[in-house]
Amino acid sequence: MFQKIAVPVAAIVIFLIFWEALVWINGWPNYKMASPSDLWPAFWKFRDLFFTMGWDTLWRTVVGLGLAVVVGVGIGMIMGFSRLMRDALYPLLVGFNAIPKATVVPIVALMFVGAHDFNTVLIAFMISFFPIAVSVSIGLSTLEPEYRDILRSLGASRMTIFWKIALPKTLPEFFGALKVAVTLAFIGTNLMEIVSPHGRGLGALFDSGKTNADYPLMFAVLIALAFLGIVLYYVVVALEKIFAGWAERSPT
Amino acid sequence: MTQPLIDIKGVTHAYQTQSGPLPVLDNLNVSVPEGGFAAVVGPSGCGKSTLTRLIAGLMKPDTGEVWLHGERVKGPRSTVGMAFQNPVLLEWRSILKNVLLPLEIVPTKLSKKEAEDRARHLLELVGLDGFEDKRPSELSGGMRQRASLCRALIHQPEVLILDEPFGALDAFTREDLWQIMHRVKEEEPFTGVLITHDLRESVFLADEVIVLSGRPATTQYRLKVPMDGPRDLEHLYTPETAEMLAILRHQIEIAQGRAPAESSEVAE
Ligand SMILES: Nc1ncnc2c1ncn2[C@@H]1O[C@H](COP(=O)(O)OP(=O)(O)OP(=O)(O)O)[C@@H](O)[C@H]1O
Ligand SMILES: [Mg+2]
Repeated sequence: MFQKIAVPVAAIVIFLIFWEALVWINGWPNYKMASPSDLWPAFWKFRDLFFTMGWDTLWRTVVGLGLAVVVGVGIGMIMGFSRLMRDALYPLLVGFNAIPKATVVPIVALMFVGAHDFNTVLIAFMISFFPIAVSVSIGLSTLEPEYRDILRSLGASRMTIFWKIALPKTLPEFFGALKVAVTLAFIGTNLMEIVSPHGRGLGALFDSGKTNADYPLMFAVLIALAFLGIVLYYVVVALEKIFAGWAERSPT
Repeated sequence: MTQPLIDIKGVTHAYQTQSGPLPVLDNLNVSVPEGGFAAVVGPSGCGKSTLTRLIAGLMKPDTGEVWLHGERVKGPRSTVGMAFQNPVLLEWRSILKNVLLPLEIVPTKLSKKEAEDRARHLLELVGLDGFEDKRPSELSGGMRQRASLCRALIHQPEVLILDEPFGALDAFTREDLWQIMHRVKEEEPFTGVLITHDLRESVFLADEVIVLSGRPATTQYRLKVPMDGPRDLEHLYTPETAEMLAILRHQIEIAQGRAPAESSEVAE
């Protein structure tokens, strides 16, 4: 347990020292590369903004991800259980996923002008539901027929088989996808926040740092984003431990 | 003669594949009396698993009828227990909870406590006492297969269908399980169908061996095995057993098309 915390913390400290040294040795000015020692003052100056904006980014990411889970699992179920629907939906999904979301952001921003929260959640959702849908559909469609047969031969309904076997068996794949999705949703949120005018969230804070040429602020936002990203990721890891911990093989 | 418990009457079945229909069973007749234990052997891919799926009601035959206990099989029924080569235990459940799974589907008169006691008893019978709370991943292949057998039996099925349950196990573990099967059969009355590739297994466990021809399968040969209760492994080395094995091996060669067919015969 100690090692689990101490090692990553040590790695971060070493990284910061290395960064500071790099800036110091090269004599880079602030506008080229801020050093870690500049970040804390920048953060402290705007700490209220950091908390409110950080909260905006966080809740919109989580809501977008929640939507992605609901819709992704739904689509995954439809594709996992029906061969026909899989053949029909797969190319559509792949095509949709292939569109760079950076191009969708301005479109959405124009379509729903002013609905900033809605736009941001929408982008977070759009960018992150794909891996969830794919993993669930693959998990369900690759279920060995024997698993179905042990319950079906007793007269169990499709729904019972789904709840008792198919769903739990898919959980490890689902959480694998959720780890990817949470990072994507986070990126989606920030894309929208940076692009939309008069936005809120850490992305908007970054943008205002850019407008005011406040480079330490921009870097401080990046660090805050990294921090939030880490927190979100490990929340998913914790959920995985609780709900799919059985899939973890003990190292022997 | 009393009515057989499992009665397969003139069943013909073909799978629809991309390259047209694939006939798998051709006018197949099999009957097993109540308390009987029939082993089905035949060339690989001849339709043995298909036969088990028809008995279990997981599929309907194109023509012909499947009867269980005087009732026409039209779909799955809770009086059937199944075990496969793959033990398919649910990794997120303990062994005990895995064994109890069928009782969550099948209506049961047992209370929770009684059901658990029964599961524990079955696990003890197959030598898995002390492993109730372990996860499947903590068990060896043979142990998982034993747990899978308990799950197939927990709801006291009339018919036990075993599709190559010991096929993936090493020889020693398999012989262990053969003896366990005899113990189980003594305590838990069931009518059994055992699919196997192992002729020694078929004559050791079953009281009748049915040889299926190559695809599409029909009954090619039936061999009654004198069975007087549980037996030990010595039995495999008697001259009678050797003789039965020779007959069966010859029949398999005919089914595979490696030996010329004689006029079909049924030994009683
Ligand atoms: N769902 C299916 N669709 C199409 N063809 C199938 C299907 N299931 C089985 N078959 C084909 O039917 C034939 C019989 O299959 P089955 O599984 O009953 O054979 P088997 O005797 O159990 O074989 P094995 O000894 O290898 O277990 C095989 O040739 C197989 O390829
Ligand atoms: Mg088979």
